[in-house]
Amino acid sequence: MDFSHLKDLAAGNNWIAIWPEISLGCLALALLVLEIVLPKAAHGKIPVVSILGQLGILGVLAAHFTVPDRPSFNGLLEQSHGGQLMRVFFLISSILVSVLARVSLAKHRLPRVEFHHIVLVVVAAMMLLVQSRNFVMLFVALETLTIGLYILVSYFRSSAKTLEAGLKYLIMGALSSALLLFGIVLLYGVAGNPSFPDRTTEAMQFGQLAKFLAANPNNFLASVGIVLVLSGVAFKIGAFPFQIWVPDVYQGAPTPVTALLAVASKAAGFIVLLTLMTQAFGPYEWLVLPVLTFMAAGTILFGNLAALKQHNVKRLIGLSGVSHAGFLLLAVVSVPRVSMAVGAIYFYLFAYLIASFSVFGVMTVLAGHDDAEQELGSFSGLSRESPFLAGVLACGLGSLAGIPPLAGFMGKLFVFVAAFKAGHYGLLAVAIAGVVISIYYYFGWIRAAFFNDEPAASPEMARRVRVGGGFALNLVLGLLAAATIILGFYQGPLGAWVSWR
Amino acid sequence: MTSIPFDPLLLSVAAPLALALAIALGLPKRWVVKLAYVGFAIPALMALLVWWQFGGAPKEVHGYAFFTSYPTGLEHFGIGLKFGLNGIALPLFVLAGVVGLAAGFYAIQSGAERLKTYLLLLLVMQAGLMGMFASVDVFFFYFFHELALIPTFIMVGIWGGRDRSYAAMTMTIYLTLGAMLSLLGLIAIYVKSGANSFDIMVLRDALASRPLLETAQTHIFGLLLFGFGILVSLWPFHSWAPLGYGAAPSSAAMLHAGVLKKFGLYGLVQIALPLLPLGATHWGHGLAAVAAVGNVLVIGFVTMAQRDLKQMVGYSSVMHMGYAFLGIAVGSTMGVGGVVMLMVGHGLSVALLFLLSTSIYHRTHTFDMDVMGGLAAKAPVLAAFFVAATFASIGLPGFANFWGELPIFVALWNFSHVLTVVALTGTVVSAVYGLRAAARVFFGAQTQAFSSVCDSNPILDLSWGEKLPALVLVAALLFVGLWPRSLSTGINQALSAPPAAVASSR
Repeated sequence: MDFSHLKDLAAGNNWIAIWPEISLGCLALALLVLEIVLPKAAHGKIPVVSILGQLGILGVLAAHFTVPDRPSFNGLLEQSHGGQLMRVFFLISSILVSVLARVSLAKHRLPRVEFHHIVLVVVAAMMLLVQSRNFVMLFVALETLTIGLYILVSYFRSSAKTLEAGLKYLIMGALSSALLLFGIVLLYGVAGNPSFPDRTTEAMQFGQLAKFLAANPNNFLASVGIVLVLSGVAFKIGAFPFQIWVPDVYQGAPTPVTALLAVASKAAGFIVLLTLMTQAFGPYEWLVLPVLTFMAAGTILFGNLAALKQHNVKRLIGLSGVSHAGFLLLAVVSVPRVSMAVGAIYFYLFAYLIASFSVFGVMTVLAGHDDAEQELGSFSGLSRESPFLAGVLACGLGSLAGIPPLAGFMGKLFVFVAAFKAGHYGLLAVAIAGVVISIYYYFGWIRAAFFNDEPAASPEMARRVRVGGGFALNLVLGLLAAATIILGFYQGPLGAWVSWR
Repeated sequence: MTSIPFDPLLLSVAAPLALALAIALGLPKRWVVKLAYVGFAIPALMALLVWWQFGGAPKEVHGYAFFTSYPTGLEHFGIGLKFGLNGIALPLFVLAGVVGLAAGFYAIQSGAERLKTYLLLLLVMQAGLMGMFASVDVFFFYFFHELALIPTFIMVGIWGGRDRSYAAMTMTIYLTLGAMLSLLGLIAIYVKSGANSFDIMVLRDALASRPLLETAQTHIFGLLLFGFGILVSLWPFHSWAPLGYGAAPSSAAMLHAGVLKKFGLYGLVQIALPLLPLGATHWGHGLAAVAAVGNVLVIGFVTMAQRDLKQMVGYSSVMHMGYAFLGIAVGSTMGVGGVVMLMVGHGLSVALLFLLSTSIYHRTHTFDMDVMGGLAAKAPVLAAFFVAATFASIGLPGFANFWGELPIFVALWNFSHVLTVVALTGTVVSAVYGLRAAARVFFGAQTQAFSSVCDSNPILDLSWGEKLPALVLVAALLFVGLWPRSLSTGINQALSAPPAAVASSR
């Protein structure tokens, strides 16, 4: 037998390039091992091990941040500057989710170690997802991610709302995976057809597919495939018209998982969209841009209008997240014409991460035993009970609303400038309307927390505030609020990197 | 370099901000009150210092003195923290300092509940106001405006009077809409100029050498006009103003109506008019008609019908903005110069009126003018201040407002005779409601309701905590009124420079 072919392939693997993902996987397994090895009394420390381990990985990653753009595993993956940035993004999200989960799980009698284990696996899958340059890799990473999320969403299994959310997410997730897979198969089939010019047997590879699409600019089947793939991704980012699952699932899922869905999973979807658009579907801009433009307008309007009448804060933040997906789509449709739009997306995502986790953190502290029942009314009197939590909440909501001098405003500014340069005037008008509408519900939330004419805090809420989130969560919340303000005033190296693109 | 060894503009922004930060981090209360005086005094002192030094200071680029620049990491984007003052910015910078001092002192003396938070928000607002007029970078101009605007909403919502929740919400939505539209307009200038910079001086150079097409100018000016117009309560987008001012605590109303609201006018004068001259011509007549008929005449009559003192002051400020819009619509050096002077005069007088209305309320326990009367006998000093403020607001000679309204009317006469007559009718209307309010509140016989209030608690004249801020404002009104050249020389220089540059390039 001749193994030289396999040997060549193996030589291109370059395992060291995915050391963060491997370390996360090892850490995840180590948590399970620790649970078996350690005595029961010491199990409470296992989540701490998880958080410290992630912090360690983050530290090493930051120390070796700069990598050359190069493919590994024979083109399945590609390490890049953007990929590194997203690795940091996902690690920060997972650390924050772990911190929130410690507080949130303490209110329930449920196995804890498994939760942290799955979070680590999910995050490793997200990292691989955004570095994929091949549909097979993309799909495998996406399924790993989604299956992990199925479990996490229905983690509070004694609650009916949670189980409902889990079922809905399962069905919708399966449907979207099916759409995506069907689109991939169509594209693969068309590209392999010998009767077309530039046919390729490597159509799973983004670059090869782009070459084929460039040679066949008006192929009907390829167009259908592209639209199906985009629909599958639109499910993941909660874009109109595939957003209808968002409020129910966000409400039912445990708050830390809602945060993971709202921030990390959405960000992963956007980076996938960005990669697909620039690397695979570039020649079909005539099709991709109108589809995404339609989605962007619908997403902004639906998210903001539907959020107006929400009283449950988890549904509210879910729908506000839909509108943020719309703003991000506005940047995505500007990417082909304006290079700085890519930087705008990264900055927006980071601002969104910081702001969202500030809000989710406060929600976690205030959540009762029934995690799904968090109403606007339960925030009334917060500023008197705990000025600190109220301040963090205000920073987070203000940043989400895009109010200067907070980071979210800078994100919106970059996106708007990019959209203006790209000439999307109609979409900009929709976006401005969206921002003004969004002020109404963010303001309503802040009013509940701050204003005097709201009823005073309930004794139950006062008790929860006194118990608080512990030192770690308070530290994290303080850091997040500070980061929101500082990134609004001084963007420093991140701003330089973003605007330089 | 300037003869001042430090950067007065940065200091005037940084001092209140630093103090606000200290309060947020838990400064003890007795320190808060003492240091808050310093926090409001430093910007005011800096304002007076730069006013005094302005004539002799070297103006290196485009007539901007005291120019300094600090990098913030967005240089590739064309954004940098740049401070400087030209002849248009200086009067407003001084206005912000003086009104800030008065409002701050009044707030410290007021003993509001949750005083620490109240002062924190006011200090943030003060920093924003100073930064807004000191910024050379259009982005930071907008940025500081928002920094000052956010505390307003919170202050209305927490310390406001009746309907505060509704008022705060209305204000927030209206003003966000205005801010977003003007932001879009500013982005449009940034992108279309091709200068890749938000620096007003770079933008001026770029647009002087390559002016935009007329359609582009028209569209962008329209965006800015509506955006800024909403922020300045241009009729029919004014309804947030009386509502918001009616509910706002007095220091917040003083700072917002007196200073922050001038943002829109300042933006039109400093950015829109010089950069988009063709757009200004296109919109001029429509704007003039709306301002004269809507803001001046209609709102003038609405003001006349008010029974609530604070609402009346709120509406009157909407009305006086009409004159400012008229000056901008005319667009000549005289008209626009009048606008800048009017901004100063109106800012001082409206702040004084808000302060005094609250003082009156503390004595009568009502804002309803129908049940007041004869207060002058109990509080003669208060009456004197109120009458002075009313005279200033009407635009009598000797007060700063006169030097704003007169040039606007003269410039308007060359623009349209009919509108001049309408606008002059407005001054009569404003005299009627102003003097009638003074008469109802202070003179005549005591009403029954007021007598019963007098019986239950004795009425004292103004305390020092009220007198000092009022005195500061009246002194400023008189100083500018009697010596308008102290400001108008700089305004003239700044206004006559840019059109010349445009003309030479054609």
